[in-house]
Amino acid sequence: MERPLTITEKIILNHTDIGVVSPGDIVNARVDIALGNDITAPIAIKEFESIGVKTVFDRKKIALVPDHFVPNKDILSAKQAKMLREFAKTHDIKYYFECGEAGVEHALLPEKGIVLPGDLVIGADSHTCTYGALGAFATGVGSTDLAYTFAFGEIWLKVPESVKVVFTGKPGKWVSGKDLVLYLIGQIGVEGANYMALEFSGDTFKHLGMADRFTIANMAVEAGAKSGIFEPDEITEDYIKKRAERDYTFYKSDEGAKYAKVLNFNAEIISPQVAFPHLPENSVNISEASAKNIKIDQSVIGSCTNGRIEDLRIAARVLKGKRIAKYTRLIVIPATNEVYRMAEKEGLIDIFMDAGAVVSTPTCGPCLGGYMGILADGERAISSTNRNFKGRMGDVTSEVYLANPAVCAASAILGKIGSPEEVA
Amino acid sequence: MILKGRVFKFGDNIDTDAIIPARYLNDSNDENLKKHCMEDADPAFSSNVSKGDIIVAGNNFGCGSSREHAPRAIKASGVPAVIAKSFARIFYRNSFNIGLFILEADTNGMDNGDTLEVNTETGAIKNLTKNTLTNAKPIPGFMAELVSAGGLMEYARKRVNKGGLG
Repeated sequence: MERPLTITEKIILNHTDIGVVSPGDIVNARVDIALGNDITAPIAIKEFESIGVKTVFDRKKIALVPDHFVPNKDILSAKQAKMLREFAKTHDIKYYFECGEAGVEHALLPEKGIVLPGDLVIGADSHTCTYGALGAFATGVGSTDLAYTFAFGEIWLKVPESVKVVFTGKPGKWVSGKDLVLYLIGQIGVEGANYMALEFSGDTFKHLGMADRFTIANMAVEAGAKSGIFEPDEITEDYIKKRAERDYTFYKSDEGAKYAKVLNFNAEIISPQVAFPHLPENSVNISEASAKNIKIDQSVIGSCTNGRIEDLRIAARVLKGKRIAKYTRLIVIPATNEVYRMAEKEGLIDIFMDAGAVVSTPTCGPCLGGYMGILADGERAISSTNRNFKGRMGDVTSEVYLANPAVCAASAILGKIGSPEEVA
Repeated sequence: MILKGRVFKFGDNIDTDAIIPARYLNDSNDENLKKHCMEDADPAFSSNVSKGDIIVAGNNFGCGSSREHAPRAIKASGVPAVIAKSFARIFYRNSFNIGLFILEADTNGMDNGDTLEVNTETGAIKNLTKNTLTNAKPIPGFMAELVSAGGLMEYARKRVNKGGLG
């Protein structure tokens, strides 16, 4: 009898020419979509051009998304974006997006139906693991890897072991995918899943939507994981059917598939989480964070982690009819232009502006300390983004606390870290 | 290959923002990046480091962003190898891809200013200052092949020359 396989092993196997794969094997896998952005693609383009290959492996399987410093923050970043544009023109790259049609890459590609269930996706960006939410194998790589894939359509991969993470029960009010994943990272640590695939399952996900799955898969890398993945189901189908322009495959793990570990969590007892500086694993319950009376200078709602329409709706529910605290900045960044437009139509932008927020064009911006909300020395932010490393959002003495969009909105109103319940 | 150099020691979870902060990522020129290498972990690093020096760290070195600028900045600084208890995976593969030696070993007892002699083939790390020997984990076969080819792009060039573009 054939060895039962995990969903991750099946997808990798189906992208190779070999008959069997086991964790630890290094394989050459065919790539369905290869992604680069305005920070990572310039190096990939230079490397690609240095090896003497004239054409890319497939112009329809490459996505170039200028999103980190776009609209260009300065001359140097404009030059980098220009490199992407020129490369896209030369090779007639199908998925190239100017800023008026783009957004943060990991929100944009699923929204446009570019990445699909069963795909093998590599991206020169660590949060490429986001697409695992759709039941794809997706992992972050470097620029040189991307250059190699541009040329050959392949990537070398070590087949990862899988860790099964099971959440059961209905999450409480204000508890979202962000809280489940911050809780998980708090439990296993920033290296807890190093080199492994995190496979998420359990009835909790019947109570949550696709946006929560994207958030969870997105932050798999913050536990060191190579990928995060969900078995696709009717929620996936509902999301994907109106977007997909090509065939896709729903893979499922076999009964008896081997896991390095199985972790079980009761979602009913998890409350909103706040991850303290300077690691995502420093997560505590909101009540504990609130009791510490931590004043904030800035709140950021956006990013590939939490900049989707569902996130903005939750933030608006908290902010409606309220004003943010004096001397506090609230920066709301819809992740894509489509999200921005929906927020506008639904009246969310008015709610944000009435509350005293500034609403930015889609960009990664402050998440990685790029622009559009950089912190001065000693300043403190709460943010719906994914990393709180030292100096991540600005000066090396500034601090970032990670939380879900509802907590970020409530904290902006309070001027200190606090729960949506405190402003209800 | 035998490498010999002074130790620059760092702790656990040195992330790629510390290795090369995002404020410098509007440039992808290695020579410019190296001026800011390790800046948010040790602002004096770029002025103190000399060719051949070795970065030594604790667990999870290179965690965070996929920016290849991180191992490139280290390599451009003249550092030929990083030794740590463990590495984050994207940093690990990026380093092999660009030809920066990565060794996983117990780094307790390797301190700032110690002189190390590293045999990249056997993984033997001699601490010449303290007269101790540590063995790094063996480098997996394919990775060793990549490094001896001179990195992934050299490997790619060979594939192009062989007409392997089928």
